Amino acid sequence: MKKRHMIIASVALMSATLLTPALAQKKYDPGASDTEIKIGQTMPYSGPASAYGTIGKVQAAYFKQLNEQGGINGRKINFISLDDGYSPPKTVEMVRKLVEQEEVLVLLGTLGTPSNTAIHKYVNTKKVPHMFLATGASKWNDPKGHPWTIGFNPNYNSEGRLYGQEILRTKPNAKIAVLFQNDDYGKDYYSGFKDGLGDKAKSMIVAEASYEVTDPTIDSQIVTLKGSGADTFFNITTPKFAAQAIRKVDDIGWKPTHYLNNVSASVGSVLKPAGLDKSVGLISMLYIKEGSDKRWDNDPTMNDFKALIKKYAPEVNPDDGNATYGYAVSQLMAHVLKQAGDNLTRENVMKIAASLKDHQIPMALPGVLANTAADDFALFQTMQLVRFDGSIWVPFGKPQSVR
Amino acid sequence: MTSTQSPDASGAKLPWLRISVIVAVACALPFFLSNYHVFQASMVLSTAIALVGLNILTGYSGQISLGHGAFLAIGAYTTAILMDKFDVPYWATIPVAGLVCLIAGFLFGLPALKLEGHYLALATFALAVALPQLLKFRYLEPWTGGVQGIVIMKPDPPMASFLGLTLNSDRWLYFVALLVTAIMYLVAWNLLRGRIGRALIAIRDQPTAAALMGIDTSLYKSLAFGVSALFTGVAGSLSAILVAFVAPDSFTVFLSITLMVGMVVGGLTSLPGALYGATFVQFVPNLADQISKAAPWAIYGALLIILMVVLPTGISGGLNLLWSKVARKSGASI
Repeated sequence: MKKRHMIIASVALMSATLLTPALAQKKYDPGASDTEIKIGQTMPYSGPASAYGTIGKVQAAYFKQLNEQGGINGRKINFISLDDGYSPPKTVEMVRKLVEQEEVLVLLGTLGTPSNTAIHKYVNTKKVPHMFLATGASKWNDPKGHPWTIGFNPNYNSEGRLYGQEILRTKPNAKIAVLFQNDDYGKDYYSGFKDGLGDKAKSMIVAEASYEVTDPTIDSQIVTLKGSGADTFFNITTPKFAAQAIRKVDDIGWKPTHYLNNVSASVGSVLKPAGLDKSVGLISMLYIKEGSDKRWDNDPTMNDFKALIKKYAPEVNPDDGNATYGYAVSQLMAHVLKQAGDNLTRENVMKIAASLKDHQIPMALPGVLANTAADDFALFQTMQLVRFDGSIWVPFGKPQSVR
Repeated sequence: MTSTQSPDASGAKLPWLRISVIVAVACALPFFLSNYHVFQASMVLSTAIALVGLNILTGYSGQISLGHGAFLAIGAYTTAILMDKFDVPYWATIPVAGLVCLIAGFLFGLPALKLEGHYLALATFALAVALPQLLKFRYLEPWTGGVQGIVIMKPDPPMASFLGLTLNSDRWLYFVALLVTAIMYLVAWNLLRGRIGRALIAIRDQPTAAALMGIDTSLYKSLAFGVSALFTGVAGSLSAILVAFVAPDSFTVFLSITLMVGMVVGGLTSLPGALYGATFVQFVPNLADQISKAAPWAIYGALLIILMVVLPTGISGGLNLLWSKVARKSGASI
C-alpha cells in the first residue's frame, strides 16, 4: 500500500512539475482557444426597442476592425450578436443557444432590464460571465447573490442621488416636482433622488406624477405639476416622453430648474425633436463622450470612432448617443480581455472585470473612471453634471462621486 | 404478412400504429439532442397546445381571435403567481391555469357573441393590447411584479435517472410538456370528433341552419371561446415553467399575431397542423435571422408568402394532398 502511495505521489509530483508551467501559460474555458475568443450577445434589432440595435451594430464593427488589426493578444474575436426582439422568452432561447451551442466565453452588453432578468439566474448557474449589461437597474450590482453578473450603466439610483445632492448644495429651498415612468426604472431613479435629498425630501418634493410607458402623452401630468408651484423639476422619462415633457414645459410657460435623466440626454434623439431652443438650461449627467460635441474634434478616440463608423457601419449616425455608448462598452471589454492575457477562463475574466482600478475608458468623459471591487460591481462612481447651452451639453464642476 | 389488410374504413378511430411510432420517437428525442434543443422542442410543444386552442375557436367555430396572447399571459401569470407567492408545485398550477382561462375565456366570450367576424377580431385585439398594460397596473403590481415580471424556480427532475437514462431539468420538463400535450390532444380529439365538433362546424358554416337544428349557438360559441382559452392557458402555464420567467414584455400583440400565423401555416381544422405551425413559428424567425442579419423580417415575410402560395391549406393540408397523390399513384401502378 505504502509503496503504491509513494509511486502515485512521485508521479503526481513529476507531472505537476512538468505540466504546471504549460498550464500557467495558457488556460482556456469554452469559447477561448489559441486563435479565437467567442463573445455572445442578445440585442433588440427588431421590435419596440429596436432603436438600441445601434449599440450592437457599433460593437460588431469595433470587433471586426480589431480583428483586422490583429485581434487581442493574437486571438480573433468571434462576436455573435443575436436578435431577441426585446422579448424575454426569446432572450432565454438565444442566450441558451449562445451558451450551450455556440459555447461563448462571455456574454457582453445584453440589453434591457426584463430580458436580463429572464437570464439572470441561468447565467449565474452556468457560471458564464454576464458582463457590462446595457441597463442601469441597481440589481446588477449583487456580487454575493449573482457573482457572474456585472452591469455597465451608472445605476439609476446613484444618478438620482447625484441630482438630489446637487439640489441640496445649490438650491436648498427648492420646491420640487417629479415626473416618473411607473416601473422599476422610474422608481429606482426616484428613490435615489429622495436618498440624495435626505431628510428634506418630504418637505422639498411638493408634487409627483407618473405615467405608463404605453400612455400616448404626458401633457396633463406636466400641467398638474406646474400647478403645484414648483420651481424645480426632475424629469424621469424615456426618450419619447422626455421630448414631449421638454416641449410642454416650455409651451405652458413653466420655467423650473429642469433636471433630465441621462437615459434621455441624447441631443440627436430627444433635444432636437423637442426643440433645441426649448432645451436651453436643462441639467443632466454624462459619462460617455458625445459625437456631436465639438470639444472632441481632435480627440484620438473620437476620430477613431468616426472613421470606424464611416468604414464599417455607414448606416449608423455617429451623433447618436447609443453609438458612442456601444463603442465605450467594446473598449472596456477589449481592455478586460487584454488584461486576461493567456488565462482565458471565465473565472479569470470575471476577476479582472471585478478589480478595475481607476480605469479611464477612452470613450468615457475625462475623469469619469471605472472602478470595481470584489464586493462592489457598480462600475461608475463618478459622473459629470452638464448643462445644455442650446447646441451641446457643457460640463460644470468636476466629475462628482456619489456613493 | 396478411394479404387481406382492409383499408382503414373508420376515419374516427385513432391510427394507433402511427401514434405509437410518434410517441416512441418523441420519448427518445431528448436523449439525442443537446439541452438547448430539448428546450426548443418543449417550447414547440407548448406553442402547439396554444395553436390547438386557437384552432378550436377559429378553425372549427369560425370566430377570429387576434388576442390569444392575452390568454397565454393569463395562464403564464397564474402559474407564476401560484408558484412564487403560494409555493404551489409547478405541476399543480397547470390545471389551475387552464381553469382560470376557461372562466376568463367564457366570460369574454359572452359579450363577444354579439360581435362577428372582423368586429370580434378587433375586440380580441383590444384584449391583447390592453393586457400587458394591465399587468403593470399599480394595484396588481404586488402580484404581477409590474414591469419586472416574476422569476420562478426551474423545477428539478424528481429522480436523477430513469431506466438508466439520465434526466436533467430540460429533459424532465420536456417529458412534462409531452405528457400535457398528449392529454390536451386527446381531449381536443375527443371533443371535436363528436357532437360538439359537428355543432361547432355547423355554426361556422351555416349559423342559421345550425340554430334551426336545435343547436344553442350562443352557448356553443362562448363554450368554444372558453375551451379555446383553456388550451391556451395551459400552454401559457407550460411556457412560464419552461422559461422560468414571466414579464409583460413577453406577451405583446406580436405574440397574438404569431399564434395566428402558426395556426394558418399549420393548417386550419387540423390537430397535427398545430404541431407543424408551432415548429414554423419557433424556428423560421431564427432561420431568417441566419439568412440575413439586415432584414430578417423581410425574409420571414417572403417565406410566409411563398408558403401560403404553395400550400394554401397550410402544411397539414399540403401533406394530406401529397399523401393522397402518392397513394393514388402507387395504387395505379399496382
